[in-house]
Amino acid sequence: MKKDYIRPLDIRSGCVDMGHGAGGRAAAQLIEELFLAAFDNEYLRQGDDGAALAIPVGAKLVMATDGHVVSPLFFSGGDVGSLSVHGTINDVAMCGAVPLYLAASFILEEGFPLADLKRIVDSMAAASRAAGVPVVTGDTKVVEKGKGDGVFISTTGVGVVPAGVHISGANARPGDAVLLSGTIGEHGVAVLSKRQSLDFETTVVSDSAALHGLVAAMLGASDGVRVLRDPTRGGLATTLNEIARQSNVGMLLDEATIPVLPQVEAACELLGLDPLYVANEGKLVAICAPDAADAVLAAMRAHPLGANAVRIGSVTEDPHRFVQMETSFGGRRVVDWLSGEQLPRIC
Amino acid sequence: MCLAIPTQLIELRPGALGLVELGGIRKEISVALVPDAVVGDYVIVHVGHAIGRIDPEEARRTLAMFGTLAELAAANEAALP
Amino acid sequence: MKYIDEFRDGAIAKKIQARLHAEAQPARQYSFMEFCGGHTHAISRYGIGELLPHNVRMIHGPGCPVCVLPIGRIDLAIQLALERGAIVCTYGDTMRVPASGGLSLVRAKARGGDIRMVYSGADALEIARREPGREVVFFAIGFETTTPPTALTIRTAQQEGLKNFSVLCCHVLTPSAITHILESPEVRQFGTVPIDGFVGPAHVSIVIGSAPYEHFAEEYRKPVVIAGFEPLDVMQAVLMLVRQVNEGRAEVENEFTRAVNRDGNLHAQALVSQVFELRSSFEWRGLGEVPYSALKIRPAFAEFDAERRFGLGYQPVPDNKACECGAILRGVKKPTDCKIFGTVCTPENPVGSCMVSSEGACAAHYSYGRFKDIAVKVEVAA
Repeated sequence: MKKDYIRPLDIRSGCVDMGHGAGGRAAAQLIEELFLAAFDNEYLRQGDDGAALAIPVGAKLVMATDGHVVSPLFFSGGDVGSLSVHGTINDVAMCGAVPLYLAASFILEEGFPLADLKRIVDSMAAASRAAGVPVVTGDTKVVEKGKGDGVFISTTGVGVVPAGVHISGANARPGDAVLLSGTIGEHGVAVLSKRQSLDFETTVVSDSAALHGLVAAMLGASDGVRVLRDPTRGGLATTLNEIARQSNVGMLLDEATIPVLPQVEAACELLGLDPLYVANEGKLVAICAPDAADAVLAAMRAHPLGANAVRIGSVTEDPHRFVQMETSFGGRRVVDWLSGEQLPRIC
Repeated sequence: MCLAIPTQLIELRPGALGLVELGGIRKEISVALVPDAVVGDYVIVHVGHAIGRIDPEEARRTLAMFGTLAELAAANEAALP
Repeated sequence: MKYIDEFRDGAIAKKIQARLHAEAQPARQYSFMEFCGGHTHAISRYGIGELLPHNVRMIHGPGCPVCVLPIGRIDLAIQLALERGAIVCTYGDTMRVPASGGLSLVRAKARGGDIRMVYSGADALEIARREPGREVVFFAIGFETTTPPTALTIRTAQQEGLKNFSVLCCHVLTPSAITHILESPEVRQFGTVPIDGFVGPAHVSIVIGSAPYEHFAEEYRKPVVIAGFEPLDVMQAVLMLVRQVNEGRAEVENEFTRAVNRDGNLHAQALVSQVFELRSSFEWRGLGEVPYSALKIRPAFAEFDAERRFGLGYQPVPDNKACECGAILRGVKKPTDCKIFGTVCTPENPVGSCMVSSEGACAAHYSYGRFKDIAVKVEVAA
């Protein structure tokens, strides 16, 4: 059927309206001129409701999904769009899988400016292309004004686990090395700095990035990698506690080895936050056999996203599953689970 | 209580406001409670307000005290029979 | 970060630690109360407790304004949001404190209360300016450090002639709390809680000066050392207290000379007395009614007093019977003495206020201290 639109979308001053979600011509125009134009690939060009994908015979499939509700939508170093692509690619990669395809679903709020939507979608497309993982299918819905927060994005990714790779949060063993790919706390600080009432000037940029290339390099260098996880919400502390619980082990960290940018440290001081609990979107934690640590670290440091990779501690035997830390000051403390949301303190 | 941190006052602004800096982060705060503060001073900031100034000479003396007392003590102990 | 990093130097910590071990007399027990929640947090976060000699014990005092905020006061704030439709602005620390009916501010928000977290009173004023059709109430808590900023906020509101702004004032006073602890039956008569001295608050003292503590030193013969916020400050202050005890002195000493002097911030004090006056009595969670321990807004600023403006009546609410926060806040019991510590009452599900604030004795012990008896074994794979 020939699509004949009287006028092109008014990106500059137009807004999302209920018609865009109705499934009719307006919806088709939004999809074609905004989404398809940005993501353009062979799968989307088929124009079907789903994508038919080729999977290697006998392969183990990994699927991961994520909802993205970050506020504000735009921040230093990214936006909800690029975040949604990186986040799901990373979830798939943390399972040891090679990410292959993405699906993206948009819940748009009536009144959301098309200019902002285009900016987000273009950013997603750029992130997807740079990562080499296409968005092969998607969906759009519109909710009434007041029922959404501009845009919510949900992304799902699928990937394939190479033969011989077994990565799981339950694999950590006492004696294993705990590795971190770089500095912590940047994403959280970049986002917080844009929130009204916390508003401070900083050059801290979100570290949002797709980590599948780094993971491939690490898995290629050694078969001693046992656990991979990216410390997003809740930060490094939460991720390590999750792994400790899953693997039924404890950990002992050395605070002096954990890298934090001076500006992130300063922002956390100002707000009464602990960098260990602040979100990251372009870092990973790896736990590997002790004799594999050197090889894995070397592979990480050779990759642009792992240049500051460092060993931060070891896995211990501990039925209580505590994550403990030797402080730079000299005493020892527990790095506990986050309680509730980490709210900036005055106390 | 009292999460308050020392920051450097880098700019004074109208309305008893000031711009402070800590480790590269900058924030606008109120200096109404420290009317004598001048650019270059270190002020202690609590809930968006400067509540006092740091005396650099006293700070230096305190740090010296931490170190000296220990050295003195070590010297004393070394001198013991 | 200048004036921060230097005071966290681990090498100097070792020196002070060695001094402490050398000077603490092995035959005695030393018990010092750190009054201020910020010090409790520093002690926990840096693991200072285990750097001290075994016969030097720190007792966590009630200097955490969130911990001593009674249920009844939070109920008032929740009432303003849920029943009176006001925008209630509060510091992050108060959001999760448990109140009546299984509610807290964060839960009231989930029920539709317009409750907003702010970093300072100035933010609450900004909300009032932007939403002239709505009543905006600033839930003001804190000791003397936070009171001058609130005073400033009220005075600014008056100068601007704001018609929709008021403050729910729950500001409390440090010296009264210390007196109350020293006057408590356990300490005064039975000597069951030997407090040999106090680590005085850092930032409260910037505002009030060191003079107000001279009273305790004289009347109760207890040394007070005002300490800065960083871990080296705390360790040095403990060393100074040990020395005073050894030498039989009971003086006010100031370790935090870089920010505190005897008179304090006179400008801030003047502002506070312009806007506030003493309440004859105020209920503290865990301590009960304490005379002349809190502030209320003066009649000249009545229109900014939320209690008057909304005709609020304070209803005291008793704490959960199993909760030992009261005894813990007075240093009479330890968190592990509480039957529900770590089981029913955890940071995720706090029953009492000592567990909500990260500086409360219970939360601090739960998060940082409960591992202490467990040996760490790192097995090296063959």
